[in-house]
Amino acid sequence: MTVQTAKPHKRFEWDRFFAWFGITLVILLSIFPIWIVLKTALSSSTTLFEGASRILPSEPTLDNFKRVLGMVSAEEALKAGGSGQSVNFLKAIKNSVVFTGLIVLGQTFFSALAAYAFARLKFPFRDQIFTLFLSAMMIPGIVLFIPNFITIKNLGWLNTMQGMVAPYILMTPFAVFFLRQFFLSIPRETEEAALLDGASPFMIFWKIVLPMSQGPLATLGILTTIGMWNEFFWPYLIGKDEGVYTLPVALQQFQTQTPQGSPDWTGLMAGAFLSIIPVFILLVVMGKRVIESLAFSGGK
Amino acid sequence: MNPSEATPEPTVFRTVNRSVRQEAITGLLFVLPAFIGFVLFYLYPAIRGLWISFTDWNMLREPTFVGFENYLQVFQDEKFWNALWITFKYVLLNIPIQTLLGILLAVAMDRVVKSTVIRGLMILPYLLSNVLVALVFLWLLDPSLGIVNAGLQALGLPKQDFFVSTDQALPTVAFVNIWRHAGFTALLFYAGLQSIPRSVYEAAKIDGASENQTFWRITLPLLRPVTVFVAVTSIIGSFQIFDTVAVATNGGPADATKVLVYYIYENGFAFFKMGYATAMSMVLFAILIIFTLLQLKFFRADQSDLA
Repeated sequence: MTVQTAKPHKRFEWDRFFAWFGITLVILLSIFPIWIVLKTALSSSTTLFEGASRILPSEPTLDNFKRVLGMVSAEEALKAGGSGQSVNFLKAIKNSVVFTGLIVLGQTFFSALAAYAFARLKFPFRDQIFTLFLSAMMIPGIVLFIPNFITIKNLGWLNTMQGMVAPYILMTPFAVFFLRQFFLSIPRETEEAALLDGASPFMIFWKIVLPMSQGPLATLGILTTIGMWNEFFWPYLIGKDEGVYTLPVALQQFQTQTPQGSPDWTGLMAGAFLSIIPVFILLVVMGKRVIESLAFSGGK
Repeated sequence: MNPSEATPEPTVFRTVNRSVRQEAITGLLFVLPAFIGFVLFYLYPAIRGLWISFTDWNMLREPTFVGFENYLQVFQDEKFWNALWITFKYVLLNIPIQTLLGILLAVAMDRVVKSTVIRGLMILPYLLSNVLVALVFLWLLDPSLGIVNAGLQALGLPKQDFFVSTDQALPTVAFVNIWRHAGFTALLFYAGLQSIPRSVYEAAKIDGASENQTFWRITLPLLRPVTVFVAVTSIIGSFQIFDTVAVATNGGPADATKVLVYYIYENGFAFFKMGYATAMSMVLFAILIIFTLLQLKFFRADQSDLA
C-alpha cells in the first residue's frame, strides 16, 4: 500500500492563492477607509466635491487640521465650510488623555492591590467578596449607566472629569479577576524571604510583586487604554459641557453641530484622523504586545 | 475553584512578625479602594436599578412605587417589541458573517502567513472607536458625495442610500460593525488555531486526510470552544449596540435602526422615563443571562476536547 504524501510540485496551489487573496483583500479593506479619512482631511472643502472619486487629494492643505485645532479664527473657519462654533479638538485631546490616563493608572493600581489581597492575604469574607466581584461581570452596561448617572448627578459631578472617571478609576471586576489569576501563579517562595526580613505586605507588593507582573500589567493597561480612549456612552452622558468633551464625544458633537446641509466633512475627517494617531502609535510601538493583549481579552 | 482551598498557607505567613489579625487588617485595607468602587458603581446601582424599575420617576419629583406596572407596560409596548426585533435582526445579520469571516481568515493566515504586521493591520479597525468608525462610514457611504457611490456609478451601477434608506440602514450598521470586528475575530480564532498541537495535523496527513477533511474533521471540531466563546460574547456585545446607531442614524430612518439600547437611552434621557427605561434594561439583562448560561453550559461540555 502506498500513501500519497506530496502533490506534484509544479501544480498551482489554488488554496494558497485564495488564502493570500483573502488576506490581501481584508487588509486593503481595513486600510482604505483610513486612507480616505486622511485624504479628506487634506482636501479643501471647495475641491472636495469634484475630487470625491479620486484617490489623492487634489490640492493638499493642512487648513482643516489648523481649523479643528483652533488655530484659525471663527470667520476663517466659517469660510472654509466649518460651522463657525467649532469644537475645540485640542481641548478634547487633552481631556481624552486625562480621562484615559487617570483611569488606566488608578484602575490598574487599585485593582492590583485588591487582586493581591484576594490571592495572598487572609481576611474575613474574602472569598464571598471575590465571588460578588466576579458576578458583577455579567451585568450589562446599560443597567448600571442609568443609576450611575443619577449618583453622579446627585453628587453634583455632572460635566466634571471626576464624574467621568469615578465609575472606572477604582476597579473593574475583570481587572481584579485577571490580576488575581496571575498573582496566584507566582510561587510563594519569592515573597517568603522578604517576609522573613520583616518587609510589610505593601513593600512586598510594591517592590517584588508589581515588578514581576509587568507583562500582565501591560496587557491590562493596553486593554484599558483602548477601551477608555474609545468609550463613548458614559462620557457622553456625563460630559455635556464642551470643556470636558473627550475625543469621541467631540467628534459626535462636531458632526451634529453642522448647520443645515451637508456636514463639514473635511473638518470632521481632520478631527477623526487626529483621534486615530495615538491608536496608530500604540500599534506601531507595541504591536506585538497589543496583539497578544487583544488575543488574550477574547481568550479564556 | 474555591480560592481558600488552593494551597495551604505556609507557616511564615502566619507566625513571623505578623498575627492573623494584622494580616486581616492589611487585606481589608488592600481591598478597600476597589471595594468602595464596587459598592458605589456596581452593587448599589444594580440594586437601585432594580428598585427604580418598580417606580414611576422623571427625576424631577420623588419616585412613586408602581410595582410591576413598568414591566407590564414593556410587554405591551409595540415599540419595545420592534426594538427587540430590530436588535435580533441586527445580531442575525452581524454574528454569522463575522464569525465565518473570522474563521476563514484565521485559517488562511495559519496556512500562508504568520506575520505580526499583517495581524496588526487586520486589527486596526478594532482599535478605532465606534464613533469614529460610524463617522468614517457616514462619509464613505454618503448618498451624494461618498466615494462608494462614486465607485458604484463609475461601474455603471445605481447609487445606494445606505444609512438613509429604511431597508438598507440596519444591514449597513451591521456591515460597519463587521468591518470593525472581522480582523479581531480572526485574531481570536488564530490564537485558537495555535493551541491545536501540530502532531494532530501530522497524524491526519499520515492517514491520508485531504486538506478539506482535515478542516472539517479536525480543525473545526477542535476550534469549537473558541467558536462558542467568540459567538456568545459577540452576541452579548451585539445586543448592546448603541454608539454606531447614536452617531450614524439616531435610530432612523423611521425607526429602522432603533435597537433596544437606543430605545432605552431615549426613554431615560430624552423622555426622562427612568423607571420604564430601567425596567427595559432589566429585561435586556435577563435576555443576556440566558446567553451567558448557554455559554457556560457549552464551554464546560467542550473543555475535554483537547485533553
